[in-house]
Amino acid sequence: MRKLASVFTGYAILIFFALVFIYPFVIQIANSFKTEPDAAASPLSPIPHPGTLAGFERVFSGTDLPVWLGNSLLVTVVVTVGRVFLDSLAGYALSRLRFRGRSALFGAVIAVMAVPGVVLFIPKFLVLNQLGMYDSYLALILPVIVDAAGVFIMKQFFDSIPAGVEEAARIDGAGAFRTFWSVVLPMARPALITLTIISFQGTWNEFPHTLVAVQDPALFTLPRGLADLVSGSLGGGTQYPLKLGAALLATIPVAVIFVIFQRRFVRGANEGSDKG
Amino acid sequence: MRRSRVRDDVTGWLFVAPVVVILGVFLLLPILMAMWVSLTSWNGQGSPFKSGVPFVGLDNYGRLFTRDDLARENFMISIRNNAYYVAIVVPLQTALALGLALIVNSRLLKGKSFFRSAFYFPSVTSSVAVSVVFLFIFSNSGALTQLLGFFGIQGPQWFSDARGVIHLLLGMDTPPAALAGAGPFGLSWWEWLSGPSVAMCAIIALVVWTTSGTFMLMFLAALQDIPVTLEEAAVLDGAGRWQRFRYVTLPMLRPTMFLVLTLGLIGTWQVFDQIYVMSQGAPAKTTLTPAFLSYRTAFRDFDYGAGTAISFVLFLIIVLLTLFQRRVMRERRG
Repeated sequence: MRKLASVFTGYAILIFFALVFIYPFVIQIANSFKTEPDAAASPLSPIPHPGTLAGFERVFSGTDLPVWLGNSLLVTVVVTVGRVFLDSLAGYALSRLRFRGRSALFGAVIAVMAVPGVVLFIPKFLVLNQLGMYDSYLALILPVIVDAAGVFIMKQFFDSIPAGVEEAARIDGAGAFRTFWSVVLPMARPALITLTIISFQGTWNEFPHTLVAVQDPALFTLPRGLADLVSGSLGGGTQYPLKLGAALLATIPVAVIFVIFQRRFVRGANEGSDKG
Repeated sequence: MRRSRVRDDVTGWLFVAPVVVILGVFLLLPILMAMWVSLTSWNGQGSPFKSGVPFVGLDNYGRLFTRDDLARENFMISIRNNAYYVAIVVPLQTALALGLALIVNSRLLKGKSFFRSAFYFPSVTSSVAVSVVFLFIFSNSGALTQLLGFFGIQGPQWFSDARGVIHLLLGMDTPPAALAGAGPFGLSWWEWLSGPSVAMCAIIALVVWTTSGTFMLMFLAALQDIPVTLEEAAVLDGAGRWQRFRYVTLPMLRPTMFLVLTLGLIGTWQVFDQIYVMSQGAPAKTTLTPAFLSYRTAFRDFDYGAGTAISFVLFLIIVLLTLFQRRVMRERRG
């Protein structure tokens, strides 16, 4: 009997919190399909009454969202591919190759992970400005195309692969890059997938970097455009169905990947935390 | 032998070259450049490294602490706001994360992975997008106001309410004479003791909601590492549920607890995105934080020197917290 009661309480608490964590997304979806008066009158209702696509139509016709979407896609794909490749290269070298300065370099990578992103806003702007890269795709991509945490994750993974793996390749006379590319990297698939996912998610959601890298609206990514939409000219009036619809479009890609790769996300979160 | 050693060096450095160059150019170099800029009063025109840019020494830093003017007032207000924010977010998200992990981990319940995902999902979404959602939820005719209305509670106008929570709890609008006078760094004691504003509470709610899931995962991983035999031994010894939690589970979770608390401390001093989207420091500067203030000072007021100086003070706060964390964790391991 007592067991039954505690199971019941357990579920009650779980369901309450599941609602707290999920219902905001329900509100977001529902209200993006509502008319403006309906959203104002019954924001809590999960059912639009009447349902309308007007908010989305205005998102596509009245804002630059298609441009932001394209930019986000471009930047995210390039940065993710770049990070996965470059972080693995460095991670492999730090784990397996013997060269002078290796341990000092690894120390530097660890130190870099501790540098808080927010204090780099102005410094990053300074260097982009100085190099004449400010307000370009290069500015959106290049500074974030490698990340120390990714190098760390890959190094840890390569450390876990037994050393004998490369022996055969070396005896066959393969060079370091060949060995890395066709022997070790294929074995690193799980780590590569994890890194791909966290890079995609991180870059897709990246906001402050775009703030100091570009100012031309034609170069805005989705989060930047969305932030502009909320605080800028269209911010006048409420227009919540439109804003929530745009926010929904920004959420969907990561949500889809999350649903498919839940376990990887969980692993990524714990690996990221283990870096102390 | 010697030649092959050199070749190893070259190969190694070739592998790490892209990472080294990019981190060098976009992380190390900018920090050095910013150090210089923080000693000038560069206004964003031309290059800060040409002659003619006024050199002001440590004045930008001095202004933040010693001179009685607007720059110091804004900075101290931002420190106060962020300190209250840290003091509320860190315990709240840690407690919520631990609570959720304990329930999700319970052997009696099914659907573990569903609930785990549900709690974690907000953490992976775009901070800007969820800020927009919460802006709607906390808006004057928004979902929360309506929800509170069902219970007969008249909700505040969240984002235009600058009243401090401690002032509200005390039921005082005006400072008592003892606290009205000037306190440390130009703010009165009354201002220092305001608590977070109502508007800041909305941002606190959002952040606790988004970050708890991540920390829950860390607690879950640690909980799953606790040997079942330990629990069973405690049950055999007649320990009740609370005693098992207090004397078995909690001590085993100590390293994770420390990690979650310090990651929380480090992260909460960096709050920026939510402030930018939801409040821009308003109302009455009560959601101004050092990160947002440094951005605003540089890119809106074109006072790059002062903005950079604020960044470095924030940097110092965060680095000290990080060093403290790493040191304690290394001692634990060693």
